[in-house]
Amino acid sequence: MINKILYVLGIAALAILVWNIYTIARLPEETRQGEVFKIIFFHVPMAITAMICAAVSLVASVLFLLTRNFKFDALAVAVTEVGLAFLAGNLITGSIWGREIWGIWWAWDARLTSALVCWLLYAGYLMLRRAIEEPTQRATFAAVFSIFAFIDVPIVIFSIKWWRTQHPQPVFWAGGSFPPDWTTHFLWNMLAMALLGAVMMSVRLRQEEAQRELDSLRRMAHAL
Amino acid sequence: MRFFRQVWVVAAKDLRAEFRTKEAINASFAFALVILLMFSFAFDLPVETTREISGGLLWIVFAFAGTLVLNRSFARELPNDCLDALIAAPISGAALFLGKALANYVLVLAVELVSLPVFSIFNNVSVTAQFWELMLVLALGTWGLTVIGTIFSALTVNIRLREVMLPMLTYPILVPALMGAMQLTSALVAGKPIGADNEAWLKMLIGFDVVYTAVSLVLVETVLVG
Repeated sequence: MINKILYVLGIAALAILVWNIYTIARLPEETRQGEVFKIIFFHVPMAITAMICAAVSLVASVLFLLTRNFKFDALAVAVTEVGLAFLAGNLITGSIWGREIWGIWWAWDARLTSALVCWLLYAGYLMLRRAIEEPTQRATFAAVFSIFAFIDVPIVIFSIKWWRTQHPQPVFWAGGSFPPDWTTHFLWNMLAMALLGAVMMSVRLRQEEAQRELDSLRRMAHAL
Repeated sequence: MRFFRQVWVVAAKDLRAEFRTKEAINASFAFALVILLMFSFAFDLPVETTREISGGLLWIVFAFAGTLVLNRSFARELPNDCLDALIAAPISGAALFLGKALANYVLVLAVELVSLPVFSIFNNVSVTAQFWELMLVLALGTWGLTVIGTIFSALTVNIRLREVMLPMLTYPILVPALMGAMQLTSALVAGKPIGADNEAWLKMLIGFDVVYTAVSLVLVETVLVG
C-alpha cells in the first residue's frame, strides 16, 4: 500500500516538475539578467528543501539520542542523503548562474563558502557512519555529529545579512523585486521539489529499515 | 567548586603525562616547523604580500600542528584501558572533557607561541604591531580549535581510520572560526587594529567558542558512555 502511495506521489512530483519547466520556459526574459534568471525557480527551492532536510535530520538525531529508537536514526540518514543531493543541485545551479552573471564559476563569499562547508559537513556525516561498524555506536556518534553539523545551517541562512556578499539578497519578501505573478510559478516549483524530496526520503527510509531488519536476521542466524 | 577541582586534576594529569614523554608536543612542534619552512621556500614573496597572507599561513600551520596534539589526547588513554578507568571514575563527563580540553589548550597554545616568532624570523615579518589584540585572537581561535578537536578526539578514538577521520570531521566545522581568526590575524599583523570592518569576525569567533563549548559539554557524556 505504502509502495503505491509513494509511486503516485513520485509521479505527481515529476509531473508538476515537468509542467513547471514547460511554463517557466515560456515566461518572458528578465530585463537585466535575461534567460538565466529563471534558474532561481530551481536554485532557491533546492536550497530551501536542503535546509528543511537539515532541520529534520537535527530533530531526528536529537530524538534518537533521547529515545534510542533506531527509526529516528534511519530517518536521519535518509533525510541527510536527500538533503545532500538537493544542496549539490543548489550549488551547481548557483555556479552556472554565477558563470553567466559574474563571469566566474565560484566566488569565496560568506554564503557560497558556508553552503559548501555545509555540504562537506553532511558528507562527513555519511563518511563517519561508514567508519563505524557497531550499529548503536554508529547511530549515537552520527547523531552527535549531525547536531554539530547543523550549527552551520543558520550561518548559511543568515550569511547574506551578516556579511556583504556577492550572493544577491532575497528578492521575494520585504520590498523584494520578484514579480508577484511569478511567485505562483515559484511556489509550484517549491512544492514539486519538496514533494520529490519527501518521496526520495521515504524510499531511502524503507531501504534503511529493511537493511536493519536484514542485519538483525543475520545476527540471529549467526547466534543459532 | 568540586567540578573545577576535578577539571584541574584531569588537566594536570594530562599535562604531567605530556611533559614526561613529550611525544605529542615534540611531534607537533617539529611538524609546525617543517610546514613553516616549506611555506617559506615554496612562496618566495615580498614582505608586504607575506604580511597580507600571514593569517592564512599561520592558522593553517596551527590547525595542522594542533591536530597532532588533539589526536593523541584520547588515543593516549587507550593502552592499559585507561579510558575505561577515566570514564568509570566518579567525575562527570563534562569535567573530564573540560580537563582534557584545558590541557590540549595549553599544549596547542605553546606550539603556536613558539611558531609565531619562527614565522616572524623566517619571513622577516614583524608580528608585534598589534601584539595584545593578536594574542586575544590567538587565545579565542585556539580555544575553538581545541574544543572541537577534543570532542572529536573522543568521538573518533575507537573508530577505524582515526587519524584520517579527525581532521576530516573537524576542519569543515572549524571553517567559520578559522576564517575569522585568519582575517583578524592578517589585519593585526599588517598593523590595523580591530575596527568596524572586521569586528563581525571577532563576534563570530566569540560566538563560535561559546556555542561549541556549550554543545560539547552537553553531548560529551553521550560520546564517552554511548
